[in-house]
Amino acid sequence: MIAALRKELLLQWRTRAQAVAVFVFGATALLLFSFAIGPSAALRRYAGGFLWLGLLLSSTLTLSEAFHSEMENHALEGLLLLPVPAHVLYYGKALANTIQLVMLGIALVPVMVVLYDAGTTQLLTILLIIILGSAGISAPGTLYSAMTSQARAKQTLLPLLLFPLIVPVLLASVKATSLAILGDPMDEGRSWIFLLLAFNGIYWSLCGLLFDRVVED
Amino acid sequence: MITENHRFPRLPYLLIAAGVLCLSVGSYFGLFVAPPEHYMGEVQRIMYVHVPTAWNALLALTFGFICAVVSLFKDDLKWDARMEAAIEVGVLLGFLLCCQGAIWAKPTWGVWWDWDPRLTTTAVLVAAFAGVLALRHFVDDPVKRATWSAVAAIIASADVPIVYYSVRWWNSLHQMQSSPATVSSQFYLPLRANAFGILFLMTGFIMLRARIASRRIATELAPPPAEFLGEMA
Repeated sequence: MIAALRKELLLQWRTRAQAVAVFVFGATALLLFSFAIGPSAALRRYAGGFLWLGLLLSSTLTLSEAFHSEMENHALEGLLLLPVPAHVLYYGKALANTIQLVMLGIALVPVMVVLYDAGTTQLLTILLIIILGSAGISAPGTLYSAMTSQARAKQTLLPLLLFPLIVPVLLASVKATSLAILGDPMDEGRSWIFLLLAFNGIYWSLCGLLFDRVVED
Repeated sequence: MITENHRFPRLPYLLIAAGVLCLSVGSYFGLFVAPPEHYMGEVQRIMYVHVPTAWNALLALTFGFICAVVSLFKDDLKWDARMEAAIEVGVLLGFLLCCQGAIWAKPTWGVWWDWDPRLTTTAVLVAAFAGVLALRHFVDDPVKRATWSAVAAIIASADVPIVYYSVRWWNSLHQMQSSPATVSSQFYLPLRANAFGILFLMTGFIMLRARIASRRIATELAPPPAEFLGEMA
């Protein structure tokens, strides 16, 4: 699995121009969201929601490309011939996608702080939420990407399948992020983080189990 | 591989006829015989279709989930055909459910839509299973389509309780569920009749739809016609 993760990270490093493009896309999305509300104090209140919507929209760009190199020259079939179970490939790729999304999230936080005046001192909490939220998007996202990259109309299909599924991730991440920015007198943030943990626990195990069936022929 | 056996070829038509009959009786009693409800008045009569639709939508999608699990472990594509039928009918009922809910909510709550757990979960459920149906349209290989849509359906089903509880923490307003114990007997007959009516209709539709799906899969699996093979050789 380490080897699978290493391969993914190396590939991502060599195509880092794409990561920069995705970041620019995410930052532009954050900029555009602010026009929906206009310059007002409300921007700060919705900052967490906008950050996660930006991250979610950007994630479909990275996820839909996740199996791009495997589809070329039937490379996936070659990988499946390796003497390891197929879910190792899945976990390697899902972890790599998570890392990529976390990087993107970390890069988007300063953009959010500047544009929406959403300064906060709870940076560690926000980092934890970004890690858990990205993992929650990547677990089903990587599995769906494996399917849709072999189907027609993959650009449409991935968000169509993924977005309804990750409603709980989005809700929990937005709530927890907003609480971290706006203050959390009732200590509610903790229960949202538990929800994220539960979602991750369920989907990281379920998707790993199902991935073997998806790629086998 | 797909096996087709229609032991009761006329059963779906009988079920649909029985469903129409039950629905007519139930709607007659619901609209003209049962008294208006004390607080909500005439508006409440939509409950006689709304609640049975909700029960049956849940039933259809649960059946779709069971078919997905079975089709993942069995080689027979008839389960795939059944899953397609159940999910399609379930999505249709779920969509109707949201529309009826909106019609009821406007005069009662003053808004068309509210971000309540059951409403939101239904909407998410409909969107998730509509995604599964879309996936089926874009995959041409019948075997891959069966596996992938079964996987997608299982993943979507696992999401239902998580969505429900997360939205419940987030916001809540919906009426508590009614059970026969909380509903007076005058409201009871139209509710029951309509519930069975929609159940019969739904079962009939699912059976017919599964036949269409299994015939399509059988055509897709069939070898190309002989003259075409001759041309290729």
